[in-house]
Amino acid sequence: MAKLTTQSNLLLDNFLFDSAETLELNGITAIFGSSGAGKTTLLRILAGLENRATGFVSYKNEIWQDTKNGVFIPSYERKIGYVFQDGRLFSHLTVEDNLYYSLKRVHKGLNEKTTIGFSETIKSLDLQPLLHRYPNFLSGGEQQRVAMGRALLRSPQLLLMDEPLSALDLKRKAEILPYIKNVANQFQIPILYVTHNIDEATHLAQRMVLLSSGRIIASGEIGEILERADLWPLTGRLEAGALLQATVGPTKKGMTHLLVGEETLKIPAVSIEPKTKARLRVQAKEVAIATQRPSHLSIRNIMTARVLSIETGESIFSELLLDVGGQHLRSRITREAVKELELCEGQQVYALIKSVSFEGRLFT
Amino acid sequence: MGSLELGPVWLSLQLATVTVIVLLLVGTPLAWWLAYTRSRIKPVIEALIALPLVLPPTVLGFYLLILLGPAGPIGRFWVQLTDSALTFSFSGLVIASVIYSFPFVVQPLQNSFQGVGRAPLEAAATLGAKPLDAFFSIASPMAVRGYITATILGFTHTLGEFGVVLMVGGNIPGSTRVISIAIYEHVETLSYEQAHILSLGLLIFSFSVLLGVYIFNRRLPFNRI
Repeated sequence: MAKLTTQSNLLLDNFLFDSAETLELNGITAIFGSSGAGKTTLLRILAGLENRATGFVSYKNEIWQDTKNGVFIPSYERKIGYVFQDGRLFSHLTVEDNLYYSLKRVHKGLNEKTTIGFSETIKSLDLQPLLHRYPNFLSGGEQQRVAMGRALLRSPQLLLMDEPLSALDLKRKAEILPYIKNVANQFQIPILYVTHNIDEATHLAQRMVLLSSGRIIASGEIGEILERADLWPLTGRLEAGALLQATVGPTKKGMTHLLVGEETLKIPAVSIEPKTKARLRVQAKEVAIATQRPSHLSIRNIMTARVLSIETGESIFSELLLDVGGQHLRSRITREAVKELELCEGQQVYALIKSVSFEGRLFT
Repeated sequence: MGSLELGPVWLSLQLATVTVIVLLLVGTPLAWWLAYTRSRIKPVIEALIALPLVLPPTVLGFYLLILLGPAGPIGRFWVQLTDSALTFSFSGLVIASVIYSFPFVVQPLQNSFQGVGRAPLEAAATLGAKPLDAFFSIASPMAVRGYITATILGFTHTLGEFGVVLMVGGNIPGSTRVISIAIYEHVETLSYEQAHILSLGLLIFSFSVLLGVYIFNRRLPFNRI
């Protein structure tokens, strides 16, 4: 775990960024929030690109900024890699020279173990066929792969990625996501990954930092953040739900079986090896409740659950938190339904989920 | 009559070369500053630099004559320093040309630095490049079109200047008698043949240089999309 501390202030055109937080970084951490929440600003402050920001920033044992004591380590001396939203490859250099640009300026004082090599980077990001081309001739996805490689070759201790996929269509996104996961696993560098896409965050990240109006609102394990009803105005009410840990089972008749604790869920077939651990995002609006096990029903997934809490706010809906074999599930049903079914906390119920609602929501 | 008079040609080329070198050295940091500064005096500096574009050369020449003359502040200092006058000398011409051609060098440089923008420089910084390193490895090569334009415009504009040179430099063979002055004198004395040779030569030279630049610009690999 690498410790990152930030207490930063920055006033930019009527937008005040003001955050104080210590984050434990490991693997990929998603920085999540709507546009204008200050995600990019946070990354830029960490990278030293906002020289008007004041406050304190430290990473591991190094102090990067301490305005009170007049300390400001410039970007080129911070042990970071930065992948910009728009790639920012140097258009006058070939891909190879772009990569060598950072390799030549690698941090001093690194030993062989912590230095990232040219050939392993090329291999891991599949850059060999691109080496002799100019950036203007690359597709958006290729450019971002090169940008990642370039950032890595500086052997950073923290990789900052600012919505690197936002300019790509869904298909290209799906192509490049495995590369990002691969980088995180292979090089063991903590990654801060800015995104406003829940699926992207769930796919990549284990942890999440939630930003709103220039402030860090919450941070923690991604499932815990997503299931918190009080954060739904920020994480998105329509998308709201919970993450279930599952093990991939066999695929029969076009349906893949997922083992969630004692229960089995059926989802439209996915090509993932059996026994793989995966996470399934279940949206609250897709979960219906029955007090008796229903029959004559099209819904394929019926799980035994216990009501942990019922939250009713201003709206016509109630938010249920359910326990399914030790895991949490969220359900959104009308207040009227809660009343008619006489639901109360501690009660055993059946959670009903249509298989089709799982499409594209299983992440390995 | 008829023999080619090379003195003014060499003198013009020398003057243009020295002027462009001085302009690039002085103009680059200034253009850089103008491209990235948030200072409030930026428009004042920009207006000052653009003045030679709109002023009649005679106005510029007049003030330069006063400033550079042995009685003027700069001229007097020069006389104390070198024991010779600035006006009607090659050094005086260089100073006058630098001021006269200033916008032709600074503006293209500033535009191209602005075109490069902060983004690639930020990227360079996150890759470990210090500011000077980033300037030479990223900003300058990316602004290469600006440098070419600035050099060519500065050079050809200096070659073609007439009014300021006449007022500050006069017409001293080997020292201040540049092509444009020589042509003027040939026309005045009705030596049209000599005037033709110099004029046509200047025309062909200028065209060839500009043509070369446009061809080169097309061939820059990263400018092709």
